[in-house]
Amino acid sequence: MKYLTLIWAALLRSKTRTVLTLMSVLAAFLLFGLLDSVRVAFNSGGSETNTNRLVVSSKLSITQMLPYSLLSRIESTPGVQETVYAAWFGGIYQDQKNFFPNFSVGPGYLDMYPEYVIDPAQVKAWNADRTGAIVGESLANKFGWKIGDTIPLQATIFPQRDGSNNWPLVLRGTFRLEDSKRKGEENQLIFHWKHFDEANLYVNGQVGWYIVKLDSMEQATGVAQAIDALSQNSSHETKTQTEQAFNQSFAKQFADVGLIVTGIMSAVFFTLLLLTGNTMAQTVRERIPELAVLKTLGFTNRAVLVLVLAESVLLILLGGVLGMLIANMIIPAFSSASGGIVALSSIPTQTWALGLALMTGIGLITGASPAMRAKRLNIVDALAGR
Amino acid sequence: MSSLVTIRQLTKTYHRGPEKIQVLRGIDLDISRGDFVAVMGPSGSGKTTLLNLIGGLDAPGGGEVEVDGQRIDQLKDGQLANWRNGHVGFVFQFYNLMPTLTAQKNVELPLLLTKLRSSQRKRNVEVTLQLVGLADRKSHRPNELSGGQQQRVAIARAIVSDPTLLICDEPTGDLDRHSAEEILDLLQILNREHGKTIIMVTHDPKAAEYANRTLHLDKGELMAHLDKGEKVDAPVASY
Repeated sequence: MKYLTLIWAALLRSKTRTVLTLMSVLAAFLLFGLLDSVRVAFNSGGSETNTNRLVVSSKLSITQMLPYSLLSRIESTPGVQETVYAAWFGGIYQDQKNFFPNFSVGPGYLDMYPEYVIDPAQVKAWNADRTGAIVGESLANKFGWKIGDTIPLQATIFPQRDGSNNWPLVLRGTFRLEDSKRKGEENQLIFHWKHFDEANLYVNGQVGWYIVKLDSMEQATGVAQAIDALSQNSSHETKTQTEQAFNQSFAKQFADVGLIVTGIMSAVFFTLLLLTGNTMAQTVRERIPELAVLKTLGFTNRAVLVLVLAESVLLILLGGVLGMLIANMIIPAFSSASGGIVALSSIPTQTWALGLALMTGIGLITGASPAMRAKRLNIVDALAGR
Repeated sequence: MSSLVTIRQLTKTYHRGPEKIQVLRGIDLDISRGDFVAVMGPSGSGKTTLLNLIGGLDAPGGGEVEVDGQRIDQLKDGQLANWRNGHVGFVFQFYNLMPTLTAQKNVELPLLLTKLRSSQRKRNVEVTLQLVGLADRKSHRPNELSGGQQQRVAIARAIVSDPTLLICDEPTGDLDRHSAEEILDLLQILNREHGKTIIMVTHDPKAAEYANRTLHLDKGELMAHLDKGEKVDAPVASY
């Protein structure tokens, strides 16, 4: 700690340069904080859920639909306690940018998700209304919807049988989630599959996926195999997986976020390496007489090397942590604006850990060459300005 | 007085491309504990090189350098750094202070390498700044001080760890006459009242008068050894 003053003083030697470098590092890690959080959110399937639910979808693609007739066969599979189904609708509200997940669901869907807290009277009202819809509280708040309002959902995939894209749905209830990590799921809209099935122009008697509740999660592997065996060698072979794995596959429909994040961040960090490497080299070059004085006073070659490395790491850590703290503040708004795709309330621990490791690594790499130069510095030559 | 610095057959050669420049040619020299020695001579005579070798900043080409019973020419880099911290204080012509540190922090630098606690370091620094007459300037940065004041801070930094030997390379070379006299008075006080052994390189005969004796170097050889008031008359081989 006693050397911190010395390291700090070195950083403050050229305030403008230090501030500009800090800003570059801050911007890079702000971007990293946001993008890597998105990657983690996508890879974790929205959030960790500890339930005994499996999801059955098409083996070919989750955009491929499955026959409704499969329901009774899945229900009769040993180990299956309850089965519901849903189908992606993909409607938009007023404008394309107002995207939020919306899908039709079969009876008992809300019973399958007891973590969705909703007034039973509202569920009853919804069940009684063929065109009724239920939304998460976050979504209702976002658009100012009240119970009884008509939500004019616009179809992008499934028009009505009369060719119209208008799907007016009446809001009958709102649900909330107590788990702050799953608040993103409050950005969903659900409506009756029966209405979807009867009113849409293209598909009939088909569902997007089945959700299966098991007696026990220990039976998961066996039940999944048994369910997939039901449609083996048919035109609609299934893939049964845990809810979390399904959510990941679903997210990957949109893009390989991991690849995109890695690509962008590689370019950003490469630029950062060049920039801070150049700054550190310049800083040390200007301070050669000062470093020579330190050696004159008794600082060993190794001590001088460590001081320069520490300076480099501190510079990156300062900018990096500030950047990630700002990202942490932006994340909730970012998450809310994503319409439930990214369900995050703060930067995940693993992003923090990776960020701190990157900061230290970049600091050490950019400081290595100037630190070696400082270590090898010949006192007499340096003091003589040679 | 016992000998603090003993130099025997000291040589130093620099290589500049294919050219070899012999800067010191077999110097023999003894400096007593508590002595104040001025080293004079023309540019390129080897004064600073001799100082660097006595202070352990450079390695000799041949010969022996013993300071306070320690053969410093046999020490490795790391050992030499530790030895410098404990035994030598350096004062340079251009002060060489850290521009972003206050006077107090500059003086504290050599103490960072000791095991002293922060409070003890702070106390030692305050006492030393008081000794050089800069207690009221402790929070000032070098650019807020005059040349003479900066050199006083440099002297405080050189003596704060109570070294055996004080090495001064043209300490008044960048100062006006008045400030130079103040610095030389201070060095004399450190020598007479605090028993510091001082070796000072200077071009200024008036500065050399503050020393107890003056050594003259020319072309890497000691030419004369004069006690206070004497004048150069003949080269001598050993002192």
